[in-house]
Amino acid sequence: MRHGVVPEAIAREPWDLLIPLFVLNTFGSVVLYSAAGGHLWPWAMLHEIHFAVFLAMAFVISRVPKEVFKWAAIPIYVAVVIMLVLVDLVGAVKGGSQRWLDLGFMQLQPSELMKPTIVLALAKFFDLMPPGMTRTWRILVPLGGIVGVPALLVMAQPDLGTGLSITAGAVVVVFLAGLPMWWFIGAGAAVAVVAPLAFFTLLHGYQRDRVMVFLDPESDPLGKGYHITQSKIAIGSGGFWGKGFGNGSQSHLDYLPEAHTDFAFATMAEEWGLAGGIFTIAIFLWVFRWGMRVAQNAPDRFSGLLAAGMTFTIFFYMAINTMMVLGLAPVVGIPLPWISHGGSALMTNMICIGTLMAVDRWNRRGRSLGI
Amino acid sequence: MFNEPRHVSTGTLRNSFERRGVLIAGLQTGLGVLLAVRTGWIGVVQNAKYETASESNRVNLTLIPPRRGLILDRNDNPLAANRSDYRVDLIPERLADTSGTIAELGKLLGLGPDKLQDLADRVDKAHRFQPVEVASGLEWDKFAAVSVRLPDLPGVIAQRGFSRSYPTGPSVGHLVGYVGPASAEDYEKDRNPLLITPGYKVGKDSLEKFFEPSLRGVPGARRAEVTASGKIVRDLDMREDVQGEALKLTIDGGLQDYAARRIGLESAACVVIDCTDGAILALTSMPSFDPNAFVGGIGRLQWKMLNEDDHIPLLNKSVRGLYPPGSTMKPMASLALQVAGVSPDEVVNCPGGYRLGSRFFRCDATHGATDMRKAIEQSCNTYFWSMAHRVGYDAIAPVAKVLGLGVEFDLPGINQRYGTIPDAAWKMRKFKQEWTAADSLNASIGQGYVSVSPLQLAVMSARIATGKNLQPYLLHGQKKPPGPALPFTSEQLGVVHEGMWRVVNGSGTARGSQLKLDSGVQMAGKTGTAQVRALVARGHFGDWKGRDHALFVSYAPADNPRYAIAVVVEHGTFGARAAAPIAKDVYTYLFDPGKAWETLLEMEKGWGGTPADRMARKYASFVAQYGGTAPKVEADKAVTAALNRPDPSPIPVETVISEDETPPSGAPVATPSPSGAPSASPPAEGTTP
Repeated sequence: MRHGVVPEAIAREPWDLLIPLFVLNTFGSVVLYSAAGGHLWPWAMLHEIHFAVFLAMAFVISRVPKEVFKWAAIPIYVAVVIMLVLVDLVGAVKGGSQRWLDLGFMQLQPSELMKPTIVLALAKFFDLMPPGMTRTWRILVPLGGIVGVPALLVMAQPDLGTGLSITAGAVVVVFLAGLPMWWFIGAGAAVAVVAPLAFFTLLHGYQRDRVMVFLDPESDPLGKGYHITQSKIAIGSGGFWGKGFGNGSQSHLDYLPEAHTDFAFATMAEEWGLAGGIFTIAIFLWVFRWGMRVAQNAPDRFSGLLAAGMTFTIFFYMAINTMMVLGLAPVVGIPLPWISHGGSALMTNMICIGTLMAVDRWNRRGRSLGI
Repeated sequence: MFNEPRHVSTGTLRNSFERRGVLIAGLQTGLGVLLAVRTGWIGVVQNAKYETASESNRVNLTLIPPRRGLILDRNDNPLAANRSDYRVDLIPERLADTSGTIAELGKLLGLGPDKLQDLADRVDKAHRFQPVEVASGLEWDKFAAVSVRLPDLPGVIAQRGFSRSYPTGPSVGHLVGYVGPASAEDYEKDRNPLLITPGYKVGKDSLEKFFEPSLRGVPGARRAEVTASGKIVRDLDMREDVQGEALKLTIDGGLQDYAARRIGLESAACVVIDCTDGAILALTSMPSFDPNAFVGGIGRLQWKMLNEDDHIPLLNKSVRGLYPPGSTMKPMASLALQVAGVSPDEVVNCPGGYRLGSRFFRCDATHGATDMRKAIEQSCNTYFWSMAHRVGYDAIAPVAKVLGLGVEFDLPGINQRYGTIPDAAWKMRKFKQEWTAADSLNASIGQGYVSVSPLQLAVMSARIATGKNLQPYLLHGQKKPPGPALPFTSEQLGVVHEGMWRVVNGSGTARGSQLKLDSGVQMAGKTGTAQVRALVARGHFGDWKGRDHALFVSYAPADNPRYAIAVVVEHGTFGARAAAPIAKDVYTYLFDPGKAWETLLEMEKGWGGTPADRMARKYASFVAQYGGTAPKVEADKAVTAALNRPDPSPIPVETVISEDETPPSGAPVATPSPSGAPSASPPAEGTTP
């Protein structure tokens, strides 16, 4: 423990996480400032305000005791599932793709909330299970229900990207919970067989197009491949040091679509080059390493799974977004946390950060108590 | 891992969590490295490729169509010029709502239903990337009305540019051709972006087409920074265009216009040649099309109007029309007879016809005692029949060719047909029949299988007038040296000159067309009336198509030839009546333009104005009559084909009938037509490719 002029309460905060995040978010604001043609509005300023608000929220979450997390896990999970059902019902009535729930005072996207929620629910689930159950077939039935219901509800919206994101977070928690390894290998093999079939039967036309275009963006450079092509041009023309702050022609002349949201990484890389890219990726890796270390140091199974699951949820955002922007994954509407403009994804990620900070506190308290 | 113990404790799970946690962390780091490598691959290794792509996004290169080279007459007056104007084009592939945009433009520009339909046709026919002209030569307020609406009309381009304009319109249509937007085939062949630049035109016919490479010029360019939606952020730099080279012709623009307009309502060609060096001063064929109206593309009604006209406005009759020359051959034949040893003073008695074997070839009149000069003056067939029979046709055909008949001239860009000067070998090749004595008689007076173009008649006149082997030329300053000396003595030429002088100034057939000039200049000439059908009598009655062609060849001044003129009036009845007066007025223009204009303007009042006025009125009546019901204009190729299709005439016609053997019920043609073949297919030997 550090001693000195800094008060204990401030010194105890995990600054080795918060400072990199603040730097990353500020870098995001700089990119958005340039994307707005050198203006704080409408994005850069709001980006900082969002960050401040959600950081406060994360501090609040980090103060929540473990028992409250455990006690609230099931009610929160049920509440979010009910919201997902409501979204689907509203969507069925209004027609078309429906993702938002209008609460009157704000727009809520329950599928976003489900990402940390599923991690919390599974951590609680495995906490309840006796260790002997983890390697029996029977465990798959409740697991399938807990993950399948929200995932299918989200995919029915239809929102394939978020549905897969929820499933991926869940799979990682289940994986870390210690289910037999060969189940995962077998499931991986099964997916490899079923995925092509599902591609041609289950996917919507526009989803299929996105995948096809991902495989060959030049086949339709002005149509559906436009996003990927322009994104690669933006990143590729940046070079090592970039075109310089405020000089990104791809974003400024509107060639890069969604330059301030999903393709913000490309906007950044055009002006800051490979250097900016490595800088961004490095901060993310630092955050992941911090999260995984918290998980490893966790005093119990619930905390460990919770921390690892939250870390992976953030990782999944980052991985899918950057791979898409770099032309390694199909175009899906997933933003890059702390860089892209947008409140609801930032909220999800800051919930994850708050939860990680909470687990970090439990770890240190345990250690200070000598357990 | 597959043989894990049955008993699972918290401890084993903790171990598994730690091991698998390391795996996940490794996965995250691995992906991070992969992303960094990928960014490096795209951004550093492939940087050049993407930098180019980014630059080509950012910078828009707009070509500025070059101003076409002018086509000038001998006095540097423009026959084809460029008019600075305001124009509106559209690019089909950029239109959001095709029919809506067309309707909106129609409203803004005040286009009538015919124009709207033509526009819809052009959009339909154009490939997606080809710009289509909506309107050119717009007034400022209409142009401004479209300009302010441009943000709502994607794919519409309003700009200032240059349009081809032909100051004398129909008068030069056939001579210089016309321009139009490049066709899809042109673009397939030559992927030059200039070809799909709005406002750019290529030569489509005649000189405009042939001299395209030198008339084209070098396009200018404007580099501008543009947004993805095409909005110009700022201009980067600009390069001016280089105008195409001017093409200077030997044509006298005023003369060309006068001759074309003087033709009036007739279907005729008039060719004027400078006797000093062979320069072509006028090459007219009327009725014609107005090349100004073709610039933006040919409209449905225009096409219908041109195609349905029995005067065939799409045919350049001066070089592609073929006609039996009739009696205009006689001066040439007179030279041939002298070369073959016939004395010009020998007298033949004309009893009103000529007997060959059992058949009687009838002359136009009973001329009595006739020598060569009188035979030309009075156009006595009997004289030429009897002389031709004596010397043989083989002595005549070569002289016809030496004088330019049946010959194709070296005139770049002018697509000629050279007709037929028949002989025994030709007939055998063509019809598998022996040459007969009757064929010789017909050919010697310019009937039968003989067919020539008005240009050839003009060259023949010039060569007879000067005794020099003049070569016609059209490009100013590129005079052609005369060919080998003509095999005539000045005495032989003198006999013909006297005969031709007497045709106009003696008691000949063209007395009515004597020049009435203060300077006293006289012309010499020869009329011709060529049958198009085998008629019982020389006809100026019946339907227009059945009437005789009227021809006139001439030169002036008679004593010191300066100009030679040939006029052919399709179905104009007698040469003296329809053709010679045109030549007379054109000479009047050459020697006293003021007087000539006076005559013409007076005549045009009776004809309903200038050719352009008459075409405009006719077009208006077509709009009223047919509206939008006319069939679509075919592709470019069809237009080219129509402009270059062979003249449907002539069908070989026997000029003579046999009185002796005329059966009472009267099969009118004495010499049996060679088993239908010639009438079925015109002797199109002489079509240049």
